[in-house]
Amino acid sequence: MTALRELSEVPGVAGDEGKVREIIRQQMQEHADEIRVDALGNLLVIRRGSPDLPRLMVAAHMDEVGLMVSHIDKSGCLRFKKVGGIDDRVLPSTAVRVGCKQVPGAIGSKPVHQQKPGEQNKVIESDKMYIDIGASGKEEAERSVSPGDYVHFATEFEEMGDGRLKGKAFDDRAGCAQLIELLRSDVEVPLYAAFTVQEEVGLRGAQVAAWEIEPDLALVLEGTTCADVPEVEDHGQSTALGEGPALGLMDRTSFAHPGMLRGLIRAAEENSIPYQFRRSTAGGNDAGPISLSRGGVPAATVSTPCRYIHSPVSVMKKSDFENGLRLLSAFLQDIERGFRP
Amino acid sequence: MSELLETVTGRDFLREICTAAGVSGAEDSLGDLVEKRFAPFIDDARRDVMGNVIMRRRGSGADPPILMLAAHMDEIGLVVTEVDKRGFLRFAPIGGVDPRNLLAGEVEVLGEENLPGVIGVKPPHLISPDERTRAIKMEDMYIDVGLDEESARAKVQVGDPVAFRRETFALAGDRLAGKAMDDRAGVAALYAAAQKLASLRLEADVYFVATVQEEVGLRGAVTSTYDIMPDAGIAVDVTMASAPGIPSSIDAEIGKGPALTQGANIHPRMHRRLREISERERIPHQQEIEPGHSGTDAWSMQVTQSGVPTAVVSIPLRYMHTTVEMLSESDITNSGVLMAYFAASIDRGFLEGFYDSST
Amino acid sequence: MKDMIRAFVEEFGVAGHEGRVRTIIADEIREHVDDMHTDALGNLIATRGPEDADATLMFSAHMDEIGLIVTHIDDDGFLRFSNIGGIQPHRLLDERVVFANGRVGTVGVERVEKMKDLKMEKLFIDIGCASKEEAAEYVEVGDAASFHRPLVDMGDRLLSKAMDDRIGCAVLAQVLKEMDSPHNRIVGVFSVQEEVGLRGARTAAYQVAPDLGIALDVTGTGDTPKARRLDVSLGDGAAIKIMDMSLITHPGVKRLLLELAEEHGISYQREVLEFGGTDAGAIHLSRSGVPSGCISIPTRYLHGPSEMVDCSDVRACVDLAVALCGADLSRIDR
Repeated sequence: MTALRELSEVPGVAGDEGKVREIIRQQMQEHADEIRVDALGNLLVIRRGSPDLPRLMVAAHMDEVGLMVSHIDKSGCLRFKKVGGIDDRVLPSTAVRVGCKQVPGAIGSKPVHQQKPGEQNKVIESDKMYIDIGASGKEEAERSVSPGDYVHFATEFEEMGDGRLKGKAFDDRAGCAQLIELLRSDVEVPLYAAFTVQEEVGLRGAQVAAWEIEPDLALVLEGTTCADVPEVEDHGQSTALGEGPALGLMDRTSFAHPGMLRGLIRAAEENSIPYQFRRSTAGGNDAGPISLSRGGVPAATVSTPCRYIHSPVSVMKKSDFENGLRLLSAFLQDIERGFRP
Repeated sequence: MSELLETVTGRDFLREICTAAGVSGAEDSLGDLVEKRFAPFIDDARRDVMGNVIMRRRGSGADPPILMLAAHMDEIGLVVTEVDKRGFLRFAPIGGVDPRNLLAGEVEVLGEENLPGVIGVKPPHLISPDERTRAIKMEDMYIDVGLDEESARAKVQVGDPVAFRRETFALAGDRLAGKAMDDRAGVAALYAAAQKLASLRLEADVYFVATVQEEVGLRGAVTSTYDIMPDAGIAVDVTMASAPGIPSSIDAEIGKGPALTQGANIHPRMHRRLREISERERIPHQQEIEPGHSGTDAWSMQVTQSGVPTAVVSIPLRYMHTTVEMLSESDITNSGVLMAYFAASIDRGFLEGFYDSST
Repeated sequence: MKDMIRAFVEEFGVAGHEGRVRTIIADEIREHVDDMHTDALGNLIATRGPEDADATLMFSAHMDEIGLIVTHIDDDGFLRFSNIGGIQPHRLLDERVVFANGRVGTVGVERVEKMKDLKMEKLFIDIGCASKEEAAEYVEVGDAASFHRPLVDMGDRLLSKAMDDRIGCAVLAQVLKEMDSPHNRIVGVFSVQEEVGLRGARTAAYQVAPDLGIALDVTGTGDTPKARRLDVSLGDGAAIKIMDMSLITHPGVKRLLLELAEEHGISYQREVLEFGGTDAGAIHLSRSGVPSGCISIPTRYLHGPSEMVDCSDVRACVDLAVALCGADLSRIDR
């Protein structure tokens, strides 16, 4: 789990993925035939494998949701814009780090004592929030931060509960960690791994990576919503922790290719790997642009269920992560043995 | 390039193109005008399938890098949806039109012949007090071209585009106001860049592209970028400037120079070079923070084929999407000069290591 | 044509699940085309015309219809679902729906105090089962369902679910049968997943790389009581699209279609649609751009279980498309 710890804690807000890219690149040097970075910052790691087998693109995105400093006001507080989809309600009372120097800060909120009756029922909008880095004025603040600095959540990775993990950015460092493991394994299938950028602001990196790679087949490894919590009715829970990797059926950007889905289900059942379906049809992921690249690509998504994604803390279960990896390996082996979606 | 062709001043060019009609999807004759004015500063020009005007100034390099500079020439407007039984025209928007800016506006219906018209409104005498507080919906508005039904039907067809009418006019200082500053100001900035580049040494091939249909979905930039496949691209557009009633989160100011955007749509190295050149050449500039969609052609350009490093240069503008859009002429000139110096600085060396430069 | 239309509209083919419709369309056109294949997304692509053609003309009609996807089966055998494509919850109330395997259900709703509180999450499908186990014998999570209505032949007019866009598919199939095209290579694309984002047309256009693209799709009408303003009516002919939210028709294409309609005495109307898009929206932005337009079949009550078309409009659309097949396409140039 040390790889996942490092990946979870490293900052990499959409548009600023450089540090994540560096960590992954260093780990992949000896496992790749070719490594390159493209115009948007995607990291492409290629294992050419056997020329008789179909070219498989596997994508996981390096970017996480976060904030970007837009303005430093005269009191030294930082105004910000959100990067990617964040519910305003998770922001107040959060610890963050600002910029490449990772200056600690806090998103404050009015103390309870000073609130008017009924105020607690209103959501504070993010453009009324600010980050306080403890500076006493604008000049002092400008010595350590600037507008344009990216801000990430200051969440430590931790093991907790019953085989659970807590940390930020499991969406999608969990997918990145799985992809790293796949690249380390013995595969004959030509594996064109794309650690993509800017998924959270519009599935951007995947679009150009797919064009570049021209895959025959594609898999996307994600971290997905898991709402098996109180207050959510059964039919609103997309996935559940502990029930295995979640296979996507449909979201706003793609349908799982029927042949790819069949292949994943078969690999799971023949190897007794637990799996579930992602029941929500909301959201989108890199499979959207990849499946529509050039003349079309059969694509499917395998996700690790994570509670509280797009917030400072997410929670996942180790066994789901590990079973996801087993499923992917089994699927790749089936391809080597002749399975074609 | 022919230096013998007539050149016009930047201000005259801006007035000329802003006053002309060029609603999204009907940019043809405007494109002709743009091509004619740029001719003294470029080596070749063509129109693509969608009508984008693609004009090239060749560089001296043996294997020249390709830089694309884009500004959209289309403006928001209206389209006729019905000719009613008294000769009034019903209409729908093309692009983001706020109905509250339409009443009593002057327009031009672009059919077989161009017909002047007005967007009619009830006189105050006939409006009840509570009617006054309700905004009128676009579907209840109409254009009066002063014709009866039979003549109107003879001259106007469903689908005819309608342009707003406004002559560009000068205000105090170097401020100008008019329609279609979004984004003819950008086209004028390209013109200023082309003029400036005439006196600079250039290794790269520079494509000046007046794109179409930006206002209805950044469409012209999709196909023109695919066609040119530049090594780098800059979109020059307008950005909202501060004014009374505008939220304080919008802090660009007119007259303080082009805004240089930072965010996912902008390659950090492009932004850094633009900032360095601004500082070196003492070009006033401002900062703009946009973490996601920049709202410009750069959004389409960036994800073309295997990707294009892009940047956005913005001219601050008040009252966007009205017929009194206001800016400072110096912001246009400074944007143009900045892009010219940027273009002149591009060589093969700059492109190497473009990738993998997240800082 | 009516039998073919009936066979097309009554078949099951929700977006993402177009296999059965593709099969019956393929069977219908097989002898009339030079070749046919299915691509990675499921588009059916058929070609007819000379190898050494002056130009390639691509038509696109989408096979997919809107529908529902099962997301949950509760302990009492009720199904919860999400929409596939644009369906408003109020169009579903008390409607019968059908699954690919033929199982029929009805849409029920939780108690709501006011209609404006009606949301998709409050609806469910009842397939007549008493428990989760029993329901699981007929459906599973991920299964799709469509409206369940047979075609009604009203004489001059036809009423059915999925006119959008099986009527376009019927027009295209008929064009492939009737066309005579000595100069142009005609590619008929029966596309998938139009209702969820013009997806099939995007990849098909990339593969075909046509010189001209024409969508054959439905458009609304403004001829019902207190209708939303739209100057298109049933019976007034083929609608030549000027623009919609996905496309501003290439001026040369628009002009050519208007000229052909006049030259061949085909009744037509001009269409400006303030909402919605068609496959032409995806086609025209392919590669370096494709001059594109759309011939639309006027249709009432769109995106519901009972869409209505006029047979003379359908015939006019076929005639206009056939005329285009035989035309000199260089006429679109300025």
